[in-house]
Amino acid sequence: MKKLLVYIKEYKKECILGPLFKLLEACFDLIVPLVMAKMIDEGVLGDNNSIIIKMGIILFVLALVGLTCSITAQYFAAKAAIGFVSNIRESLFKHIQKLSVSQINSLGSSTLLTRMTSDINQLQSGTNMALRLFLRSPFIVAGAVILSYTISIKEGFLFSGMIVLLAIVIFSIMLITMPLYKKIQSSLDEVTLNSEENLSGIRVIRAFNRQDDEIEKFVGNNDKLSRLQIHTGRISSLMNPLTYLILNLTLVLVIWVAAKQLNIGLLHAGAIIALINYMTQILTELIKLADTIILSTKAISCGERIQAVFDVVPEFYPEDEDNKVKASNGDFDYKEPLVEFNDVTFKYKSAKEPSLENINLKLYKGQTIGVIGSTGSGKSTLVNLIPRFYDATDGEIIYKNKNVKEYDISELRKLMSPVLQKSVLLSGTIRENLCVSKPDATEDDIIYALKASQSYDFVMQKQNGIDYKISEGAKNLSGGQKQRIAIARGLIKEPEILIFDDSFSALDFKTDLSVRRAIKELTFDPLTIIVSQRVSTVSDCDEILVMDDGQIVGRGKHEELLKNCEVYKSIYESQIKMQ
Amino acid sequence: MKKSTVKKLLKYINKYNFFMAISIIMAVIRVSTALYLPLQVSKVIDYMVGVGKVDFVSIKKMLMQVIIFICITVVSQWIMGVCNNHVTFHVTKNLRNDLIKKIQALPLRIVDSKNSGDLVSRIIADVDQVGDGLLLGFSQAFVSFFTIILTLIFMLRQNVIITLVVVVLTPISFFVASFIAKRSYNMFTKQSVTRGEQTALINEIIPNEAMVKAYSYEDKAIERFNEVNYRLSGYSLKATFYSSITNPATRFVNNLVYASVGIVGVIFVIRGHITVGILSAFLSYANQYTKPFNDISSVITELQNALACASRVFEFMEFEEEEEFAKGVDSTEAMEDIPIDADIQGTLKGEKVYFKYNDSAQILKGADFSVKKGHKCAIVGPTGCGKTTIINLIMRFYDIDSGSLYLDDYDIGKVQREFIRNNIGMVLQDTWLQTGTVAENISFGKPDATMDEIKEAAKSCFADSFIRKLPNGYDTVISEGGGNLSQGQKQLLCIARVMLMKPKVLILDEATSNIDTLTEIKIVKAFDKLMEGRTSLIVAHRLSTIKNADCIFVLNHGIIQEEGNHDELLKKNGLYAELYNSQFA
Repeated sequence: MKKLLVYIKEYKKECILGPLFKLLEACFDLIVPLVMAKMIDEGVLGDNNSIIIKMGIILFVLALVGLTCSITAQYFAAKAAIGFVSNIRESLFKHIQKLSVSQINSLGSSTLLTRMTSDINQLQSGTNMALRLFLRSPFIVAGAVILSYTISIKEGFLFSGMIVLLAIVIFSIMLITMPLYKKIQSSLDEVTLNSEENLSGIRVIRAFNRQDDEIEKFVGNNDKLSRLQIHTGRISSLMNPLTYLILNLTLVLVIWVAAKQLNIGLLHAGAIIALINYMTQILTELIKLADTIILSTKAISCGERIQAVFDVVPEFYPEDEDNKVKASNGDFDYKEPLVEFNDVTFKYKSAKEPSLENINLKLYKGQTIGVIGSTGSGKSTLVNLIPRFYDATDGEIIYKNKNVKEYDISELRKLMSPVLQKSVLLSGTIRENLCVSKPDATEDDIIYALKASQSYDFVMQKQNGIDYKISEGAKNLSGGQKQRIAIARGLIKEPEILIFDDSFSALDFKTDLSVRRAIKELTFDPLTIIVSQRVSTVSDCDEILVMDDGQIVGRGKHEELLKNCEVYKSIYESQIKMQ
Repeated sequence: MKKSTVKKLLKYINKYNFFMAISIIMAVIRVSTALYLPLQVSKVIDYMVGVGKVDFVSIKKMLMQVIIFICITVVSQWIMGVCNNHVTFHVTKNLRNDLIKKIQALPLRIVDSKNSGDLVSRIIADVDQVGDGLLLGFSQAFVSFFTIILTLIFMLRQNVIITLVVVVLTPISFFVASFIAKRSYNMFTKQSVTRGEQTALINEIIPNEAMVKAYSYEDKAIERFNEVNYRLSGYSLKATFYSSITNPATRFVNNLVYASVGIVGVIFVIRGHITVGILSAFLSYANQYTKPFNDISSVITELQNALACASRVFEFMEFEEEEEFAKGVDSTEAMEDIPIDADIQGTLKGEKVYFKYNDSAQILKGADFSVKKGHKCAIVGPTGCGKTTIINLIMRFYDIDSGSLYLDDYDIGKVQREFIRNNIGMVLQDTWLQTGTVAENISFGKPDATMDEIKEAAKSCFADSFIRKLPNGYDTVISEGGGNLSQGQKQLLCIARVMLMKPKVLILDEATSNIDTLTEIKIVKAFDKLMEGRTSLIVAHRLSTIKNADCIFVLNHGIIQEEGNHDELLKKNGLYAELYNSQFA
């Protein structure tokens, strides 16, 4: 949490001025009862009209000055709090962009979303409240006590005792109920899960005649929830009666002491009224303080969760990024292998077994390579290593005679187009989506890419053609259309390496074939790697790699593999022969 | 609309009339004693006439009274709180229980047409809101109302003019507050719209980071984010600042009232109209008089909110429930007395089945089919032809519009659903598993199954080997939505679930698009095992698994267009042959 304070530095001035003005306002609030006491004592007893008018004016002026101070303070508090979180949000987003895909996956994108939204919002309101109240409330409480001592030392003692008692009651109720509220929340989560399952599994539940059991289960959890709520409610509803009790019993004592002191001339009636006023002020501020503390602890834990994301060190963004070689198209003899795998082994962080073992490969420009194998055989992992979505655990991956780690990562990726399994399109027009890959794409580039990916015809049939607006999550495109636009996005930047990671799965056989034919004809002649589960998709590749359990168990052309690779044969048979 | 919502809500509250009555009585007691306190204190102050003239005996008597009043206030306040809690949380509990029962009683026609997230939020968030509203309403509405009335009466009895000062000046704080609220509302709307925009952007970028990295889109994403962030912080600042003026402004008005009462009061004291004690009572009334008004206004917004939520809850409650028998089946035709475990042969037949979903086009237009006992039959057809619909109809998730469907000789519209579902095992595309252990999931259809039976079922459909590799074997808890299992593993568990039930008839929706070939082979084998000796109807999405079916129905344009086994259909060279050959293009 402390480290986050860097982001509020810019607002140092506001952070000091805000509470300061709050303090001023509190001073004026404290003076009011004294003025009133003077007005009553001197005005009434002295029968002095001029003092009444004078004091009356002072009261109005105090109110007005108080208002001005307070509004100024609110402004500074709001400015500091919002500037603070706005800075955090900006840096956090930037930071997340630097993390590697595997780091983001292990953090979980839904978690990151909550951190970026609700956690940050909580932090904002917590900071705002803290700046407004942390100085004001304790100051008023302390001030009221001190002033009560100036009125009468005995009364001062009573006040101090009351505050201690009030603080004990308020904070112990808070401490007892806070964990209970957490329990309520997790119980509510359970009820939510129950209802979600009742809906998502509605067909299965009915098909197995389990409706009554599901209802019973829900009712059980719901019952637990409401019992917890009632129990907690009972405790927290003690707060008001108890504070009322303490405050008013003190009042009785205060009056009794005041009566004694008045009898011997130590006190005036006005002072008693001032004392009563101070008591109400103290109670209000203590309750506010308790609220602020709850809000602040929440904000601090949110802050810690945010900090935890900042603490994740990006894998691929070392400090000496500037020293990296810029990858470029020139100065390379394309007769040499474009990509080489030298004894590459890769193991996911949490996994026991490596996903790839001792892979050796040489791939050349212009080649079309097929990769096939069952789920978990390591095909996707293999291709993910080339654009450095992950780094090899052992061995090295060479691109144009240099280890991929020596290149500037974004420059490296500019020369490759991985088209991923899941076709993700951004909301925006088709044109904007293609420009993600090549910001300066011309109309001709776009048409070329659309035609090659067999999307041109359906795009033209859409309203506005290339400027057709894709909705959030691309819900207004079919699975096959999404995939083809994603392919077009991969093609348009004319990369040296084109990687298709199971990216033809939503295409029917005919379209699949046409796309593959078009890719062979591409003018920029890239190294094309096609990962697929369909034999038909890879069967006409220059070379097919058959993966099994992290190893390449066969490589060669379709016909060769049918003859001498058992795994390939069994996949082929399950797909083709059975049909 | 609103009135009826209130009425329905009252029905839920009425069960707790006793607690409500106590709560109201306590509210009255509490307010009267609490308001009486300043008056008594004022009398005490008046007994302190001056140096040496303080009437200690009377003061003592008064203070004892004050203590009693304090105790009454405290006790009544606490009892009120406990009653309110009791009523609120019981009402929300009952609402939720009724809602879940409602879900299970709704026809799928309605459930499918609603967004399930929305339904869940009605059960959870809306009911919560109703609860919050009730709690606040109960605890503050009465109290505030009585406080306003009683304070007025108390003040009027002491002095009319000072009362007028309070009554005229206090509402100003009201106007100030609503004036500010209106101004800041605009900014709050802008803030939440921009927040939504930002969330959408984050939601688009972060879960898809692989794509972002693949195209080095990071900088552009940051640029877009910063632009939205800049706008957001502008709106946030204004919204927060404007709304934070409310407190100082109302406090200012309060201070004005306090000062005015003080000035007027002191003048009256000098003229001898009132005593100093009464002035102190007025000052504390003036200090507190704005509070009930502010409370009521917040209660009103909260209650409006709660009512809006309650109306969503009741809208849900009023969805039409499912009838046990199909439409148009009268009680004489219905066969209520078949025991749900009655033995059946296991034939399925459809005659001239017509069906369409709520507003969609006609899906089935007189489909005829018949599955003989022990036969393995398949339905194929182009996407969207209504293959899956047939499952919905046979399981009676939906009822057919006209025609008939028979299980043995029973017209399924005329028998209890439980009977049909008890005899038909179903495996769907959507591999739904419950949060719970693997064993619990397998025994879902037969909760009293022994562990041996469960293991046997798993073994017979090739699920045992992967289950044993899970961290806790059969006791491994499957997380929400089966997140820790692969698609193929989930499918195997779904098959085991049916295997354990040993139904006479099977309906399988075969979809294995996300499963790799080798696991698929396992699943196909499991399916084959499952179908041994059972009547089965497979909805086939791929054509590879049905070559050995006894009969294949080709569904197109709402009717069974072709029928026969694989070889017969190929020879016919019709739609089936066309579908089949397109795989090799």
